[in-house]
Amino acid sequence: MLRYLLNKIALLIPTLVGITICAFAFVRLLPGDPILAMAGEHGVAPARYEELKEQFGYNLPIWEQYARYVGEVATGDFGVSISSKRPVLEEFKTLFPATLELSFFAMIFAMVLGIPAGIFAAVKRGSWFDQSLMGTALVGYSMPIFWWGLLLIIFFSGYLGWTPVSGRIGLQFFFKPITGFMTIDSLLHGKWDAFRSALSHLVLPAIVLGTIPLAVIARQTRSAMLEVLGEDYVRTARAKGLSAARVIGVHALRNALIPVVTTIGLQVGTLLAGAILTETIFAWPGIGKWMVDSIFKRDYVVVQSGLLLIALIVMAVNLIVDVLYAVINPRIRAA
Amino acid sequence: MKKTMTFAAALLAASVLSGMASAKTLVYCSEASPANFDPGTTTGGNDFDASSRTVYSRLVEFKHGGTEIEPGLADKWEISDDGLVYTFHLHPGVKFQTTDYFKPTRDLNADDVVFSFDRQFNKQNPWNGDKYLPNLTWDYYTGMDMPKYVAKWEKVDDLTVKLTLTEPNAPMLANLGMDFASIVSKEYADQLQKDGKMADFSTKPVGTGPFQFVDYQLDSVIRYAANPDYFKGKEKIDDLVFAITPDATARIQKVLAGECDVAPYPNPADIATIKANKDVTLLDQAGLNIGYMSYNTTIPPLDKPEVRHALNQAIDREALIKSLFQDAGATPAENLIPPTMWSWNKDVKTDTYNPEAAKKVLADAGLKEIQLWASDRVRPYNPNFQRAAELIQADWAKVGVKANIVNYEWTKYREEGKKKDRPGAFQIGWTGDNGDPDNFFATLFACSAIGVSNYSSWCDKDFEDLIQKAKKTSDQAERTKLYEQAQVIFAKQAPAFLLAHSQVYAVVRNNVTGFKMDPLGIHRFDGVDKSE
Repeated sequence: MLRYLLNKIALLIPTLVGITICAFAFVRLLPGDPILAMAGEHGVAPARYEELKEQFGYNLPIWEQYARYVGEVATGDFGVSISSKRPVLEEFKTLFPATLELSFFAMIFAMVLGIPAGIFAAVKRGSWFDQSLMGTALVGYSMPIFWWGLLLIIFFSGYLGWTPVSGRIGLQFFFKPITGFMTIDSLLHGKWDAFRSALSHLVLPAIVLGTIPLAVIARQTRSAMLEVLGEDYVRTARAKGLSAARVIGVHALRNALIPVVTTIGLQVGTLLAGAILTETIFAWPGIGKWMVDSIFKRDYVVVQSGLLLIALIVMAVNLIVDVLYAVINPRIRAA
Repeated sequence: MKKTMTFAAALLAASVLSGMASAKTLVYCSEASPANFDPGTTTGGNDFDASSRTVYSRLVEFKHGGTEIEPGLADKWEISDDGLVYTFHLHPGVKFQTTDYFKPTRDLNADDVVFSFDRQFNKQNPWNGDKYLPNLTWDYYTGMDMPKYVAKWEKVDDLTVKLTLTEPNAPMLANLGMDFASIVSKEYADQLQKDGKMADFSTKPVGTGPFQFVDYQLDSVIRYAANPDYFKGKEKIDDLVFAITPDATARIQKVLAGECDVAPYPNPADIATIKANKDVTLLDQAGLNIGYMSYNTTIPPLDKPEVRHALNQAIDREALIKSLFQDAGATPAENLIPPTMWSWNKDVKTDTYNPEAAKKVLADAGLKEIQLWASDRVRPYNPNFQRAAELIQADWAKVGVKANIVNYEWTKYREEGKKKDRPGAFQIGWTGDNGDPDNFFATLFACSAIGVSNYSSWCDKDFEDLIQKAKKTSDQAERTKLYEQAQVIFAKQAPAFLLAHSQVYAVVRNNVTGFKMDPLGIHRFDGVDKSE
């Protein structure tokens, strides 16, 4: 097991180097000179241009800029935002709990609906339910998040008035953050109405962000379940005269869930990518919106370090999933 | 005595409670998070809405809803006959805001004014560089050429400040009304420096403006309370909240749902919905901007005004504007400056659509091909350069001129476009900074701006004389006359095709009073009230 783990960690190193190169190169490959881009229509006088170039370190050879950047990142210095002048890591830490909270609820939504739907579709294979579910899942999977989010806002918030349009909590609630999770903080402060408000603000963005994972999980559960239902041990269990609920719920489901767990872990990347759009639509103060804002502001430092931090999180989650998978399924370790 | 005290206490409690019950909160759905709350260091309109226009005041202010200058922290000022010395007399007894993090011990004085500017250029000032915030660039201070024009700031006495210029510069007064010229507290700065918390100056602002800062949840909500000591009188709103909502559709849905009271910049596609709603009002105004297309006036045959006029006449401008701006609409430009700006010459008209006349002139001049420049960026004054280029290309084809569209990414586009020998017609535009006509005429068409922002490489002696004279004259009536003449010359010489001034919009709930659209593109909440 230890060897397996070390092996996985060793494999992360080249990935990590690759990511630093990508994040670094991506920002420099963006068309246009960053200093001129910052200056806008005003333009910038030649002498001032040189001065700024030196101040931001753009006058150094490209390899030296990269070496400097890696050196800084290795010591935990992710730079300072060009626009806000605050340390990037500090902003990230403030905003990340919002993204995490939203992703958590989106995942709950996707799992609570996706797993039962997948099981039911597998059991009733070929039925109208199965067919319409798989059709809907395909639509959900290909749904443009931006369009879907706005549609839900216009219908549920605008037309029916059931949910708030955007934000994390009603504006009348105002307390100092403790954990950064609005649902937990409101309870820690003993404010039930604030908790309800935070939950109601989570409904639409969690549905929007959870839609793609929901489709993926439903399809994955269905196919894993179908595979397991054809296995000998399931047939044996049935032959023993066990109830259908027990055969499906205990014998089949436990084995079918192994690939589903992996799928859920891999959806973290999808969630973070989806958060970029979802947060922008719902004015959700997380890292997705932060990245979009920074791209529009041409804040290269935030974009570069933000990319790296997000990639690190995805890598960490994937590592955890790999380990969990090995724990659940010992055959993997030997391979 | 005891009874009186009890009664007084009860009365106080009652008035506090009734005040709480009727506390008025105005929610503004802003379009983006502020970079920080120090207006000297930021450049975005949303930064200024959140800092300079709420928390701070300036020596002079722009009239609410206009570009005229009126007294601010300075009750009055004198300008010496040679236009070099400005003496400002400060309003006495102005208090800086008392907050959780700062309790002022003295009123605003000349030291605060001198410090507010000194920190922006004096490298010896500890607040100028890295000790305060990393990578400070003071963009507006340098962008408005303040280092070139300002010789020194001096304190004459506590309530008198003297500004000496290196050469006469009439737009200086308008510059001092701009956001970067907000007056900060030297006492607060000194305290933070002593405590080793200099960076707090940009996150916990203290000013003399109508609202004081309460709290900011990053990328989410900014809270302000009315400044009880505001020198122009306490505001009618008790609490002001900025709910940061970047998506335009979500912003409008929030106003319609009553979750916010005011929201800027709706999507053109939502304008019909807004107009149809009875609870809200759509406000609009021609923005302080201009979209135009510069001809390089140094390369034949574009050096001849009649050829440039003919190219203008060949464009069906009405159709072009309609196609580009759609439901959002735009005011066709007759002059370089928009009609909301003082000195706009109402008698000047730009070329009208006349392809027949154009065809003949262009054929005589032998103009068969021309480069037509377009970029990828959406700008307030031109939402789609490429679409505009294609429509103009089609119009010019009808008069026998083949336009070759040249594309570059936005930054590279401007770099190439400003070169003196760049051929053809170059689409560009401008959004004004300070409401002074000089900010349009001299910035865009002065001889000295060739190679910088004069994309027509146009240097006309008569026009140049007029705008330089206007720059050095302090009397506004006199300046108005000079700019009016300059517009006549501009129309005659046609160094550019003038497209339009785009409309700016805001949506306001009907129970809000006193909110005005501002030609400078800022959103102000002083003087705004709300009924239940």
